[in-house]
Amino acid sequence: MSAEDDARKGKGTVFVRVEVCKGCSFCIDFCPSHALEFSREFNPKGYHFPVLGRAEDCTGCDLCGLYCPDFAIFGARWKDLDEKRQAASTPTQP
Amino acid sequence: MSESLDLHLASVETSLDNPVLPFLRQDRIPHIWCPGCGIGTSVNCFCRALSDSGLDLDKVAIVSGIGCTGRTAGYLNLDSFHTTHGRAIPFATGLKLSNPELNVVVYSGDGDLFAIGGNHFFHAARRNMDILVICVNNFTYGMTGGQVAPTTPVGPTQTTMPYGNFENPFNLPFIADACGATYVSRWTIYHVRQLAKAMKEALGKKGFRFIEVMSPCPTLYSRRNRLGDGVDQVKYYKEKSVIKNGVDTKEVGLGYQGEIVVGKFVDRERPTWLESMNAHYSHHFGDAFQPYGVKNGQD
Repeated sequence: MSAEDDARKGKGTVFVRVEVCKGCSFCIDFCPSHALEFSREFNPKGYHFPVLGRAEDCTGCDLCGLYCPDFAIFGARWKDLDEKRQAASTPTQP
Repeated sequence: MSESLDLHLASVETSLDNPVLPFLRQDRIPHIWCPGCGIGTSVNCFCRALSDSGLDLDKVAIVSGIGCTGRTAGYLNLDSFHTTHGRAIPFATGLKLSNPELNVVVYSGDGDLFAIGGNHFFHAARRNMDILVICVNNFTYGMTGGQVAPTTPVGPTQTTMPYGNFENPFNLPFIADACGATYVSRWTIYHVRQLAKAMKEALGKKGFRFIEVMSPCPTLYSRRNRLGDGVDQVKYYKEKSVIKNGVDTKEVGLGYQGEIVVGKFVDRERPTWLESMNAHYSHHFGDAFQPYGVKNGQD
């Protein structure tokens, strides 16, 4: 997971469902830490989608997730993600 | 595909799902709303409010009329009702009275609720019917091509007003207040946290509750008036909105690109229609009257 280690510079990260994004730029313009930017690539519909350009600035506050009209992006803190992954990988006691 | 897209697709694969997805009918997503439209943001806030309120989703029903916002009922994974034009509130009233256990939410646009269905809004508020009405106000008729709506401010050009609108618009919170709503607030889609909190608060209250959500219509309203994209309208909301909780609703009318007063304006208690009916007939008929809707634990 070298890519993920690289992204772990910040306190949190964002997850984007690239294929449903319509490129309205709400998340990019209203990100409190200005961590997001438009991609250079197009998604299958022809829109530019958000990418985490400055990963070290992302706090995982999930304000982008609240703004997104297309339910395409959400943010999470690494701490919470690790807890959830831990819980998911631990087998439940019968 | 380039490296960064691959990285993102990989992170999607290993990620958890978006927290609002369980509230949506995912086979119907992506939705029809234009890029830059704020209805999706308001639905997002509503999903967060539902999630935070901890309500049993089998006991929540959503009723919509016709229009862009009227599509909401089709996208939410709740018991939903997509009704005829303007008649969302009568359908919701029937739903609430036939099953008083339900928490009924009317989610519709300004044209549907205040032009075609104006009368129904007034009378449901007057009776204090126990429903929550969320009105997404985009100042125009979006689905039919940008005609003048009863909320269009004086000034902007519309399809049916090529030289600018001269009709005085409705002040929605004032109407709701004057008709007797128990909860009235207005937020824009810039105020997402406050909007989600207001929706959660309103879901937990009784009586006729009204939330106005201001939302951009980039395709018809903004483009025709050269106001930029959806995001430019939201920046205007950010710059020109003033939070004034508890202010007199007379003073919260909207002008064209003018100041926007947002906040919670009214929060009061009044007996709902069912409570009034039960009290009235119990008073007249005594024990011979079986109160309606009481055994279900609500009303």
